[in-house]
Amino acid sequence: MLGNALREAIRSLGRNALRSFLTVLGIVIGVGAVIAMVTLGRGATQAVSDQISSLGSNIVFLRPARGFGPGQSIIPFKVEDAQALAREVPGVVWSTPVSLRTLTVVAGNQSWSTTVVGAGEGYLEARRWEIVRGRGFLPSELRAGVAVCIIGQTVARELFGADDPIGQRMRVDKFSCEIIGLLDAKGQSAMGNDQDDIALIPLRTFQRRISGSTDVDSIQLSLADGVDNERVLQDIRLVLRERRHLSANMEDNFRLVDSKEIERTLTSTTRMLTTLLGAVAGISLLVGGIGIMNIMLVSVTERTREIGIRLAIGARAADVMLQFLVEAVVLSFLGGTIGIILALTFSFVAAQKLAFPFSPDYGIVVIAALFSGAIGIVFGFFPARRAARLDPIEALRHE
Amino acid sequence: MTEPGRQGTPLIQLRGVERVYGQGDARVVALGGIDLDVWPGEFVALMGPSGSGKSTTMNILGCLDTPTRGSYRLGDLEVTELDGDGRALLRRYTLGFVFQGFHLLPRVTAQENVELPLVYQGVPTHERRLRARESLAQVGLSGREHHVPSELSGGQQQRVAIARAIVSQPKVLLADEPTGNLDSARSHEIMALLTRFNRERHLTIVMVTHEPDIAAYARRVVHFRDGHIERIEESS
Ligand SMILES: Nc1ncnc2c1ncn2[C@@H]1O[C@H](COP(=O)(O)OP(=O)(O)OP(=O)(O)O)[C@@H](O)[C@H]1O
Ligand SMILES: [Mg+2]
Repeated sequence: MLGNALREAIRSLGRNALRSFLTVLGIVIGVGAVIAMVTLGRGATQAVSDQISSLGSNIVFLRPARGFGPGQSIIPFKVEDAQALAREVPGVVWSTPVSLRTLTVVAGNQSWSTTVVGAGEGYLEARRWEIVRGRGFLPSELRAGVAVCIIGQTVARELFGADDPIGQRMRVDKFSCEIIGLLDAKGQSAMGNDQDDIALIPLRTFQRRISGSTDVDSIQLSLADGVDNERVLQDIRLVLRERRHLSANMEDNFRLVDSKEIERTLTSTTRMLTTLLGAVAGISLLVGGIGIMNIMLVSVTERTREIGIRLAIGARAADVMLQFLVEAVVLSFLGGTIGIILALTFSFVAAQKLAFPFSPDYGIVVIAALFSGAIGIVFGFFPARRAARLDPIEALRHE
Repeated sequence: MTEPGRQGTPLIQLRGVERVYGQGDARVVALGGIDLDVWPGEFVALMGPSGSGKSTTMNILGCLDTPTRGSYRLGDLEVTELDGDGRALLRRYTLGFVFQGFHLLPRVTAQENVELPLVYQGVPTHERRLRARESLAQVGLSGREHHVPSELSGGQQQRVAIARAIVSQPKVLLADEPTGNLDSARSHEIMALLTRFNRERHLTIVMVTHEPDIAAYARRVVHFRDGHIERIEESS
């Protein structure tokens, strides 16, 4: 009986192919939106966590900040603060003072504006950043503040094109330095900026030639794998508070940002976006369901005589009900399937364009397909019941 | 030749059947309490002026409608005590219908129209095909299995409808003006078919007609007037 109802449903929908297609458009869009959203959302989340782990596994950034209260000024860090943290806080692997400034760098007749970073010891190690050509800074170069630099892929491309930059000279601001290393490509950061647009010089060089002071902008810490982050962060705070002479009733005058927190912020943003799109999808599913209900009511009216004939021949109310329910379910399931196919195709293309991984959640795909069928049951129920309750004599008399 | 079973119990027994439509000023007494017996294998015609209650009687006999009052026994079932599903099952297994307007499914082939009652009986596909084809052959429509109704003449459509009515091997065939939309020659062809099924299969037939020469095919003619049975005429 069910098999026959299915076959008849498909035939009867096929007879009105265009109408059937237009009817399920809402379901197509609704289900499509859900699947596209989930697929792209997962890809984005994965891309974000990939990029965060490209920062280095467990990194904390420290920045001076204005304390709470009147008359507070920003007190910068010193190199000694970084050294103290490395010495006094267990679980800290690298503690690197970092200063940076956006400057124009020039080589030959090419110039390019980039982020010039004055890096202390352990900068690249903490960020697990490899040098693909040339070498890193020697401890003696870091100590002495020699004019050498390591550049990122973007800077190399902009200044030297396809030429080998190693051994060439590059002017940074007012001084000239020798390029000793080329960094591996890192691509976009989680925030969307180009991590390869960078030039590193020893911190001491930065202080002497660029900032002209011994202050450092920030401290980059890398924590050992498997440590209790909460505890280490707390220790870092205590050491810094003491070094910065903060009494118990004063607020921190610095800020701690760890990569886990960045990750949390980003995933909560993604989740919000997902919720929003989910609401859109929900509404179009509702509209789609109402569309199905509407077309099924039209169909019941159009086929009143047919229903009368079926009743006269021996169909029970339940048989008629089943017939129309199956038709509604086939309709919405079809819409769902089309939506899934379109969404997966779209997500695949979009993921390639955005350089996300394409990672469909097949569990959700199956649920979406079943759910679209369920929409057919819910919105097909009322029209089907109307069909089943028709009086056979009146239905037969219907023109 | 034995007179078809006027012995034993009637297959159909109507007792004091009333059918009242509407209420108050709109109240119409379509049937004012009729008694009618039909024995197995009988061929009965219902005649009478328009509005005299023939179709109302047929609808009640066909379990498409229920009497306002009175009793209807079909075989050993009291139909008035059945619910909708019970009546549907009687229509499915015991009754066959032929209508004035043919009432075939329009976009479906003759073969599929004839198969439809068997679909509801849950007959397997293969058997359904065979029986439908055989049924169409019996009404002289071999070779027309795959035509849709709009490709068939009125007489052919009515024969498809008869094939559909008999394919489920019902006990009773109910025909409300089966020749009402056909010309005289076509009408007599249809009547020849019905008479044959009545004789060969002992199919009980109750038929409504306005035409005396069509009614003449029946052995008994029941005359209606104003919702009552006026008289019953027996032919030789
Ligand atoms: N659904 C209905 N509502 C109200 N009155 C009805 C309804 N159906 C039939 N009637 C009335 O019942 C009476 C009997 O109608 P019925 O259809 O049985 O007549 P009939 O003998 O078949 O007539 P005809 O020869 O014209 O087909 C008529 O007066 C008709 O108006
Ligand atoms: Mg009538």
